Amino acid sequence: MQEINHLNDDIHATKPYITPDHSLGSVTDKLSAFVLKKRTPFVWFIGFAIAFMFAQLLPMTIIWLLLNGIGIWGNNQPVGWAFDIINFVWWIGIGHAGTLISAILLLMRQQWRNSINRFAEAMTIFAVMCAGLFPLLHTGRPWLAYWLFPYPNTMGMWPQFRSPLMWDVFAVSTYFSVSALFWYVGLIPDFATLRDRAKNTFFKYIYAFLSMGWRGSARHWLRYETAYLILAGLSTPLVLSVHTIVSFDFAVAQLPGWHATIFPPYFVAGAIYAGFAMVLTLMIPLRIVYGLEDVVTERHMDNMAKVMLATGLIVTYGYLMEAFFGWYSGSQYEQFMIFNRIWGGPFWYMYWFLLLCNLIVPQLLWFKYFREHKIWLFIICNFVNVGMWLERFVIIVTSLYRDFIPGQWAMYKPTIFDWTMFTGTIGFFLTMMFLFVRFLPMIPIFEVKALLPVAQVEEDKVHTHA
Amino acid sequence: MSSKDRHINFELMRNRVLSEQNGKDFWRSLEELKDSDELQEFVNREFPQHAEEWNDPVERRTFLKLMGASLALAGLSGCVYQPPEYIVPYVTQPDEFVPGKPLYYATAMVMNGAAQALLARSNEGRPTKVEGNPEHPASKGMTDKFAQASLLTMYDPDRSQMVTYRGVTSTWDAFLNNTQPNNVGLKKVLADQQLKQGAGLRVLTETITSPTMANLMQEIVKKYSQAKFYSYEPTGRSNARKGAIMAFGQAVNTVYKFDQAVRVLSFDADFFNDQAGSLRYTSDFMKGREPGEEMNRLYVVESVLSLTGAKADHRLALRPSEIEGFARAVAKELGVSGVQSNYSGNEQWIKAVAKDLKEHNGKSIVIAGESQPPVVHALVHAMNNTLGSVGKTVAYTDPIELSQDANKTPLEGLKELVGEMNAGKVEALAILGGNPVYNAPADLKFVEAMDKVAFRAHLNLYSNETSEHCHWHINETHYLEAWGDARAYDGTVTFTQPLIEPLYQGKSAIEFLAAFTDTQNTKGLDIMKAYWQTQTLPTSKAQAEAIAAMSEKKEVEKKKTAEHGEHGEGSKPETKPTPSPEGKPTVTPTPTPAPRPSATPTPSASPRPAASPSPTTTTTAPVPLPSATDFETNWKRVIHDGFVTGTASPAKTFPLKTDWTSQPPAQVGTGYEVAFRPDPNIYDGRFANNGWLQELPKPLTSLTWDNAVMVSPETARKLGVSRYEGSVNKGGQNFVGTINIDYQGASVSNAPVWILPGMPDNVLMVTLGYGRTKAGNVGNGIGYNAYKIRNSNAPWFGGATASSTGNTHELVSTQLHFFMENRDLIRIRDKEDYLKNPAGHGDESKKFKGDSMYEQRDYSKEYKWGMTIDMNSCFGCNACVVACQSENNIPVVGKEQVARSREMHWLRVDAYFGQNQNEPFGPYFMPVPCQQCEQAPCEPVCPVHATTHSAEGLNDMVYNRCVGTRYCSNNCPYKVRRFNFLLYQDFNTPTYKLMRNPEVSVRSRGVMEKCTYCIQRIQNAKIEAETSDRLIQDGEVVTACQAVCPANAISFGDMNDATSKVAKLKAEKRNYTILADLNTQPRTSYLAGVRNPNKEIPERFKLSTTKEDGHGAGEHKEGEKKEGGH
Repeated sequence: MQEINHLNDDIHATKPYITPDHSLGSVTDKLSAFVLKKRTPFVWFIGFAIAFMFAQLLPMTIIWLLLNGIGIWGNNQPVGWAFDIINFVWWIGIGHAGTLISAILLLMRQQWRNSINRFAEAMTIFAVMCAGLFPLLHTGRPWLAYWLFPYPNTMGMWPQFRSPLMWDVFAVSTYFSVSALFWYVGLIPDFATLRDRAKNTFFKYIYAFLSMGWRGSARHWLRYETAYLILAGLSTPLVLSVHTIVSFDFAVAQLPGWHATIFPPYFVAGAIYAGFAMVLTLMIPLRIVYGLEDVVTERHMDNMAKVMLATGLIVTYGYLMEAFFGWYSGSQYEQFMIFNRIWGGPFWYMYWFLLLCNLIVPQLLWFKYFREHKIWLFIICNFVNVGMWLERFVIIVTSLYRDFIPGQWAMYKPTIFDWTMFTGTIGFFLTMMFLFVRFLPMIPIFEVKALLPVAQVEEDKVHTHA
Repeated sequence: MSSKDRHINFELMRNRVLSEQNGKDFWRSLEELKDSDELQEFVNREFPQHAEEWNDPVERRTFLKLMGASLALAGLSGCVYQPPEYIVPYVTQPDEFVPGKPLYYATAMVMNGAAQALLARSNEGRPTKVEGNPEHPASKGMTDKFAQASLLTMYDPDRSQMVTYRGVTSTWDAFLNNTQPNNVGLKKVLADQQLKQGAGLRVLTETITSPTMANLMQEIVKKYSQAKFYSYEPTGRSNARKGAIMAFGQAVNTVYKFDQAVRVLSFDADFFNDQAGSLRYTSDFMKGREPGEEMNRLYVVESVLSLTGAKADHRLALRPSEIEGFARAVAKELGVSGVQSNYSGNEQWIKAVAKDLKEHNGKSIVIAGESQPPVVHALVHAMNNTLGSVGKTVAYTDPIELSQDANKTPLEGLKELVGEMNAGKVEALAILGGNPVYNAPADLKFVEAMDKVAFRAHLNLYSNETSEHCHWHINETHYLEAWGDARAYDGTVTFTQPLIEPLYQGKSAIEFLAAFTDTQNTKGLDIMKAYWQTQTLPTSKAQAEAIAAMSEKKEVEKKKTAEHGEHGEGSKPETKPTPSPEGKPTVTPTPTPAPRPSATPTPSASPRPAASPSPTTTTTAPVPLPSATDFETNWKRVIHDGFVTGTASPAKTFPLKTDWTSQPPAQVGTGYEVAFRPDPNIYDGRFANNGWLQELPKPLTSLTWDNAVMVSPETARKLGVSRYEGSVNKGGQNFVGTINIDYQGASVSNAPVWILPGMPDNVLMVTLGYGRTKAGNVGNGIGYNAYKIRNSNAPWFGGATASSTGNTHELVSTQLHFFMENRDLIRIRDKEDYLKNPAGHGDESKKFKGDSMYEQRDYSKEYKWGMTIDMNSCFGCNACVVACQSENNIPVVGKEQVARSREMHWLRVDAYFGQNQNEPFGPYFMPVPCQQCEQAPCEPVCPVHATTHSAEGLNDMVYNRCVGTRYCSNNCPYKVRRFNFLLYQDFNTPTYKLMRNPEVSVRSRGVMEKCTYCIQRIQNAKIEAETSDRLIQDGEVVTACQAVCPANAISFGDMNDATSKVAKLKAEKRNYTILADLNTQPRTSYLAGVRNPNKEIPERFKLSTTKEDGHGAGEHKEGEKKEGGH
């Protein structure tokens, strides 16, 4: 009973994590029905069509890119990295929420995560896919990008391990594989549920294949829980390491505006910030369309908004420190960079827009009203999504375009292909999300059951017997 | 079978084969179908590119059978016509020829009449690079950007490739011999003219100094006594000649000796660029500028901002019309008798300058630019006379240009010609080179006049605007394909010899002119030899001794790749004198024009240009007959050397007249004034189709691919045009306002305006050479045509009206920011401060030595390459950039890509103004190649080891390994790396394949590239040194940028060798590195500049004094950017 109180009856929380009218059976019925029984909502078709249409920009752009070279983008001298790396970091940041929710919150026994982790993990995987495209395609000769991997070859050449790009390769590929594994392992019991309930033989076979012979025996559960915990333990440092390493791409360089020790924590906080914002951005409409208010409650929204507020403040601290370091360094280049970024340079408005999105608007989250209001929260999250993109723009472009030698300063302007590549990945990401909610249980059926009062009682009883 | 409609279709052909067999079981050979075009083309393709058949197994088998049959039967058929192709190795390899080793031949490029002596590098018979001829007095091994870029012109696929008659392909023979009235040839015309002593015959040439041409002209005039020769070039020295006529009563050539001068005053003369002897003048001037007590001082009074002005210790910007008054005031102050002046203003300046010049009597030069009217030139002659300079720093000789009437200026000649054409007196007009239809002053209406001539023939490299209006167009040979001669600025006879058989069977000017004499259709070499045989050439020995004596005088700065035998340097075995069988000293082969099989009109067909000697070339006669020995030996010697010693025109004294001094001073204009200048890169328009020069950032503005009207910031405000610095499209070019200019009744519209600080107010500087319509694919339709408003009465400046159009135009520049933002890159100090504390500019480079996370290498074992760039000498001409482009196969990217800041130049020259926009200072120039950092920031960030450090301390770039992450470029604080964002190299144009330096990889798309310190040259020197088991000597490796530099600003060498020039310079107190506080430890260092201002002239701007700390961080304000340390 202690557990239940802790979960549902703390002082301020009036909203539970799951509505009391649910039983074990009703949860399974409701959540498996989205995949198996319920008619796909019409909105799904519209949304999917639009997302799929945008996704087509991606192959088109990539083909054109491979035919012509990355000169079709706006990158130039001195702005060697622009949309490519901005988008990479942005997507990777978004990809942080899933693993954070799954792993860290699991380890911290925050069981409310059970309602949203599946969804967030799927988002992570698709976001990392989008992210991975950019570093691959931004190279001048993508067909040789495999040279970044340490593989035995007749040239006798190894990659250069001092380069942060090399570390990126390891960090991102590890992160992707562990996240994918973690996600899949978490899906196994639900695949079994779907297998048991599916009427369509074809799907039955598919789900049977994917469920790897899960029968739900105690031994299975034991193994499962152990494996899941181990994976969570593995993923946890990755959440911190990936964005730390991504931030090294900048921090290791000596460019004013990049070369800062604050980058790793600041980037990780930013990533969580962006990730939660994206989870909410996708979750809020889904909740409405699929009527999920009973399992993804306002309590969830409130909790996530709180995490956003906290990480948002860390990010703000990062902005302050960047400016402070610039001034305190005594280096004229750093000082100029800060002056130029905030006030003196042609991209000054980007910085102020960034502050509006990431610093000012999210202050509304101090109020419970905004944390629980689905429309307001959706709007605020979108500000953060944009703001986090702008943050990367400010860091990357406005550091590069005004560096050490004034004679080489130049402006940057994206081309149409920069935008099609970016919107293409968004389209791809959304397409994958649409397919995910259609064919996989977007809310973990068995894990949500753990939130039911009955689960707590059972567990307690077992405990007493022992 | 994707293209059934295509002619070369296998199926179609097979059907034909089968249908023509008339039922026979087999056929003998494909020759039965020889007359079928499709088949011929098909078979000629060794490996058909569009072999659709290969996709279809059945078709493929048939195809192979067919091919097999044709191969098997080829032997039977016997008499197959083989096209002549030299694909076999030499039976007897020429002595000096080693495949893979370049040969150097002395030749010369002629521009505006003056010869620039060159050594052209030939790789397997293809000229691939030009360098200066180190022995030649005018070149001393240096070249200008035009000579460097002329290589690209030679290989330009847009060059005229054939003789045309009214635009229709014709032949040289037809041009000579045709007799049909509607298509009449030269012989017929000449025969008609002979009847009236050539009364209707006119020849219009460019400025000509060639002795052989002079001889031909004489011959022609002998035969056609009424024929007239005119020469015109838009930048021709008409004012100078007129000024000399005013001053001396006759045309005079002035030769300056800047090495003897310590005070120089220039009136609108950009003598670093616009004189025939500019290369030599620059080099001499910079020698006198060595920082120290005795350094020279330069005063410049000018109406535009020029490179010479930027380098001046004191510069005064005046309207063009005001300079005459100013010059009179100075002359009066100097005490030139009879000069009147009513000039007021700048008194302190005038007094101080005059005093300074007088104090250096006999050691000063006053010089005037061509853009100033004759009277200023006359004043200058008088001033030099008063200052006692004549005979010391100024020498007068007879003019080097040829003219029928020396008292007539080229411009007057052109006017006369137009008058005659309008009067119908001209029946046959031959135009040798040049492009008068495009570049004659607009008021002469040259086209209308020329259209009245019944027979018009035009010889040119390009089929240009003039060719369009001529009946006959003859394709000219490039100087690298032809024999010729010309005089250098001082009169030295200089030879042009071909390095390659003419690519398009063109005719040289000499050959063209010879067609007017009795000896029609002779080869250029024969004509030359026929003439020179009548002249006394110095004996071969005398010539060699004279050159040896000359070069001994030179300092040991043997920096050029001297390919002349007598300089015991490493890399030039090819031209060493070898004893002849008779034991007499002779020289190895006179460079032989590399004849090319005649059946292959374009080099594409035979990618391997044969360098075998042509049997018809008499120079290759192995042992000349005794009787011919004298001339032949001497001839070979002078051709080998490229010039004849002792042919410099002797200095003469000319009595100064004074009658001109009474001429009333000209009125100073009010309102706007237009000043015309040749474009700094494409000159008068002749290089419009040269991509290297179009893309070369123009000095001072870094503008590319366009011309603009240069105005001062104040004038721009008045005109109401602006440069929208903040508004950017693409990568960051400028959208500028445009104006319409009305000048002397003509107007040019929509000319973009570039705000150039340092321009005098109310002056609109327009540059010539743009707005071409028939330049070629590169040069057509860019920029505005300033010739449209040029007037024969006021060819250089005059009052004009201008108004803003409200439109904008996109200009692209490689540099968008011209203030240093207090960054201490360029360090310039005053002489006083420098003498007090030579290291006062601050050198932080030593502070950090040894601080590094990574292991410090030891470079003391072998070589430690380093470079210094002297900020005191560099005057920003950008010749080094083209030299680098030529040497390193750097592509041209085009305007749109430059607009995106993606130019590929490995070396750039940054320019920074001091002070603010309204009172600018400088700009000063900073060439920035790769700094070759010892702790290179680019290296640790490359994920694939594509940029690594060599044992000699060079930062190497491995193109093949590069995947193109661009991280290295982001991390390079000097931003010297260049990325192939798209496929910039032209891999398709066949001629460009011939042009490229075979020792440098041609980079493709997606690869980063950068300056390598010309590592190919280092490697060559190393091979050379290793074969003789020694170390590379100082001066053996000369980088391309170093070789070309007329100011000797760049030095390169081994820092481990304490006696090397570079080691000495690095030990100098002026040495510093840029951004040293980043601890990159660059191998390229800079030598601080020193200015020598006159204290009596009020300074608007005070240069820095000594700085206590090496590094000046901290506050800066937009308005008070400073140059130098503080």
